[in-house]
Amino acid sequence: MGYEPQPDFGTPAVKDAPPVTLTIDGRQVTVPEGTSVMRAAAEVGGAIPRLCATDNVAAYGSCRMCLVEIEGQRGTPASCTTPVRDGMVVQTQTPRLEKLRRGVMELYISDHPLDCLTCSANNDCELQDTAAQVGLRDVRYGYAGANHLDASLDTSNPYFDFDPAKCIVCSRCVRACEEVQGTFALTIEGRGFDAKVSAGLASDNFLGSECVSCGACVAACPTATLNEKAVKEIGKPERAVITTCAYCGVGCTFRAEMRGQQLVRMVPWKDGKANRGHSCVKGRFAWGYAHHADRITRPMIREAITDPWREVSWDEAIRFTAARLTAIKDRHGARALGGITSSRCTNEETFLVQKLVRGGFGSNNVDTCARVCHSPTGYGLAKTFGTSAGTQDFDSVEHTDVVLIIGANPTDGHPVFASRLKKRLRQGARLIVIDPRRIDMVRSPHVQADYHLPLQPGTNVAILTAMAHVIVTEGLADEAFVRERCDWDEYQDWARFVSDPRHSPEILEAVTRVPAADLRGAARLFAQGPNSAIYYGLGVTEHSQGSSTVLAIANLAMATGNIGRPGVGVNPLRGQNNVQGACDMGSFPHELAGYRHISDAGTRSLFEAEWGTPIDPEPGLRIPNMLDAAVEGTFKALYIQGEDILQSDPNTHHVAAGLAAMDCVIVHDLFLNETANYAHVFLPGSTFLEKTGTFTNAERRVQMVRRVMDPANGYEDWEVTQLLAKAMGLGWSYTHASQIMDEIARLTPSFAGISHARLEAEGGLQWPVNDAAPQGSPVMHVDGFVRGKGKFVVTEYIPTDERTGPRYPLLLTTGRILSQYNVGAQTRRTANAVWHEEDLLEIHPLDAENRGLKSGDWVRLASRAGETTLRALVTDRVAPGVVYTTFHHPDTQANVVTTENSDWATNCPEYKVTAVQVSASNGPSDWQRDYAAQARRSRRIEAAE
Amino acid sequence: MSGGTTANLVRMANQIAANLAAHGADAAAAETAEHIARYWDPRMRAALREVDPAQLSAIARAAVARLDPAGAASPPSD
Ligand code: SF4
Ligand code: SF4
Ligand code: SF4
Ligand code: FES
Repeated sequence: MGYEPQPDFGTPAVKDAPPVTLTIDGRQVTVPEGTSVMRAAAEVGGAIPRLCATDNVAAYGSCRMCLVEIEGQRGTPASCTTPVRDGMVVQTQTPRLEKLRRGVMELYISDHPLDCLTCSANNDCELQDTAAQVGLRDVRYGYAGANHLDASLDTSNPYFDFDPAKCIVCSRCVRACEEVQGTFALTIEGRGFDAKVSAGLASDNFLGSECVSCGACVAACPTATLNEKAVKEIGKPERAVITTCAYCGVGCTFRAEMRGQQLVRMVPWKDGKANRGHSCVKGRFAWGYAHHADRITRPMIREAITDPWREVSWDEAIRFTAARLTAIKDRHGARALGGITSSRCTNEETFLVQKLVRGGFGSNNVDTCARVCHSPTGYGLAKTFGTSAGTQDFDSVEHTDVVLIIGANPTDGHPVFASRLKKRLRQGARLIVIDPRRIDMVRSPHVQADYHLPLQPGTNVAILTAMAHVIVTEGLADEAFVRERCDWDEYQDWARFVSDPRHSPEILEAVTRVPAADLRGAARLFAQGPNSAIYYGLGVTEHSQGSSTVLAIANLAMATGNIGRPGVGVNPLRGQNNVQGACDMGSFPHELAGYRHISDAGTRSLFEAEWGTPIDPEPGLRIPNMLDAAVEGTFKALYIQGEDILQSDPNTHHVAAGLAAMDCVIVHDLFLNETANYAHVFLPGSTFLEKTGTFTNAERRVQMVRRVMDPANGYEDWEVTQLLAKAMGLGWSYTHASQIMDEIARLTPSFAGISHARLEAEGGLQWPVNDAAPQGSPVMHVDGFVRGKGKFVVTEYIPTDERTGPRYPLLLTTGRILSQYNVGAQTRRTANAVWHEEDLLEIHPLDAENRGLKSGDWVRLASRAGETTLRALVTDRVAPGVVYTTFHHPDTQANVVTTENSDWATNCPEYKVTAVQVSASNGPSDWQRDYAAQARRSRRIEAAE
Repeated sequence: MSGGTTANLVRMANQIAANLAAHGADAAAAETAEHIARYWDPRMRAALREVDPAQLSAIARAAVARLDPAGAASPPSD
């Protein structure tokens, strides 16, 4: 398509209201009651001039540009703030209105630079358009009066500039920051002529302010005042392609606005069903990694990991790899080979990697990074409800009365969802936060949690059991719901178990360190609802009882009747963009696509018939087991697509030993990541901008990813997997990713109704999409649970083996921050680095004082698994006895200290609890120095001949 | 299998058993066996059968005794 800005109806749409019919400029219009006259006019194509109104914030009525005449009403009301009435008769163009508008416009322009021709927003400026629309020809006041034309430019934000000389003080930016983003970073300072936009204090620039660089103000600004630097550098875009963000599981959709093959900017798409026109700093701005100098675009091989890399042709790389894999298979058998699929790649690509492993390598040794994040979600929700997925869509939060957040930090991990959640909280919904740290949701502008339960890390099951105890013993359970929808006998067993006095908040306080009165209050609030919803993240799953906690969450939702309608439910906030999809596509060693167990002969035969190869009926190895087996000598070859297990998986020393013991490690990625230090083959990957396929977000929504530029490495990732498969003798012949989706749909009942053609025509669809739910399933378990009756599972709190003691007296927990993403491979290679140059260790003032530490000091962080050094940040966000860090930087390698402890059911690592000691240090540890030297050595690339 | 890996398997089996223990000893042994059959690779199951039973909890021991020596995974039950 050519370049058109997104339509703007001036004021937000009104939902669920009776229709009202009016006449605008002689045309009849029917819109929901409460709609503005401006929006009603826009819906029939009548654009009323406007400056201060835009359709993602409430009308403000300040610019007086949108005046109209209404029959029977005196004066000229502003159409943006005037709601429609039945039978209203409106004129939008009369000589009187034209004159008034021109007068207003003249005033604006007399204080605006007239450098349109050289302005970055030329031809993409609402002020310019509106001046043309009202027919402005002359400015009678001249340009010599008092003005703001010499106000200074703020270029502090790495992605956009603020040029106050061009500001018309429409306040759209301020309102976008408040209403859309919920950060309240901007204000209008002063009044009248002196009024100006300010980021916090007068002395603050954007970078130094509370601004989180979401870009909402930039999108809202009608002028060039807030404008992307890239637009200044590259120029106005000339076409736009809708695609899906490749960072987190929110799954925001964007318009990739292009000039030739160059991406100018990513603008959140207003029709995006997950993001509704909003974005965060990662998806909006942090795409520069796609062109970073570190990116490898030519295949490389080496005999041994001690050799330098040798750049070769695709042909040679694929032949070398296929020969090695085949030789290993002949010598050690199929079960010595395996693969890891990527939660960052598309469904189609992930499906092909597991197909290659099962159908080509001949084993079920396929796993995915969900192993280290949400595998307990799959286990727990399948067991209790019958589906390994969240129950709601994101819109559901608009109907929620009580929000329970446990082990998630939405403002940093899932920022666009956090903005939607804050909006709901500002409307009066209540909030309970269960987290060892005082995350931002506990208290931020206009948000204050009713309860923050700062539990001891590792005691989630105890907390949830205590909540269940209060709900059951105080008669707050929804027994009518349970009788109708769940297995009543199992419920009674569970109710008896949780009612035991040993599960009371008073007794468990000794374990959880949460005051019993707070816990009782929180439990009562949750039970009171009427619509209570649970949102959770990795602070639930990455524990030795991760699966038990998911079961306990499901129990709580069922016991209070909070399943099966909008506003309620169990909502796992998924980490990576396609972690839901990777799980759906059969990336686990025990199940085929659609969560069907590998031992099920009926399902296997479907795949065997389609693929023409037998499938091993035995479950394969999980990632940690692959590494164990490699050290044992029974596992020899691993194909890793788009993951960096050396950095992201626990106990780095163990991962390194496993990788080093293998004969063929293939890394298929954008960069020479840490895992590639142990690889024999490097296959360059393509970015999400360079491929076609689908991602599935945390709401089970399957959305299109569209190729906007050619792959720098020559191939989309699925094509590379296909090259390898062909070289191993498999007769694959896909010519487009849509054919892979067709195969997925043929083999997977919950995807039966999904195809690229339908997604192109209808936008994202939420699985299951099949005969029973042809339009998809925004909310699940509406008329009954997928498994039949909801299953209550008794969950006993079992303390982790990881205990503090004299040598390791503190508990380390890990997390992430807004501007960085996972192991940081992408975000570290963008200007986002200005917000997070290094991982810091948060430590409570008391613990810091005992150790003589202050903020900025180098500290040694040691556990029984290993040690590293990083700088300290002294803060009371963490409780005494708890320390916290992120894992975005390879130099820190926080996972050197995490242990091999893992979830009992899924082996998801216990990242959230490690007993550690912290002490003063003078700089990087020996291990860090050795590692850096080894990484340098192993990244050598032989000069081309 | 080497000491390290065997220790890992023992720990995993005991951990599964402990987490299912609240369902009663008999049910827990059956569920532990089923869990291992469903999720463990055959070489891990074979190695577990070889470990010194004294290292296993009572429930884990009972579960190992129930593992099908032929190594076939049991069909899914939910
Ligand atoms: S970028 Fe976002 S957070 Fe920053 S001022 Fe604009 S709207 Fe507010
Ligand atoms: S910066 Fe832009 S949006 Fe904000 S007040 Fe000025 S012109 Fe309006
Ligand atoms: S919230 Fe997630 S999906 Fe949305 S723009 Fe940010 S990183 Fe991308
Ligand atoms: S657009 Fe209505 S007053 Fe500004």
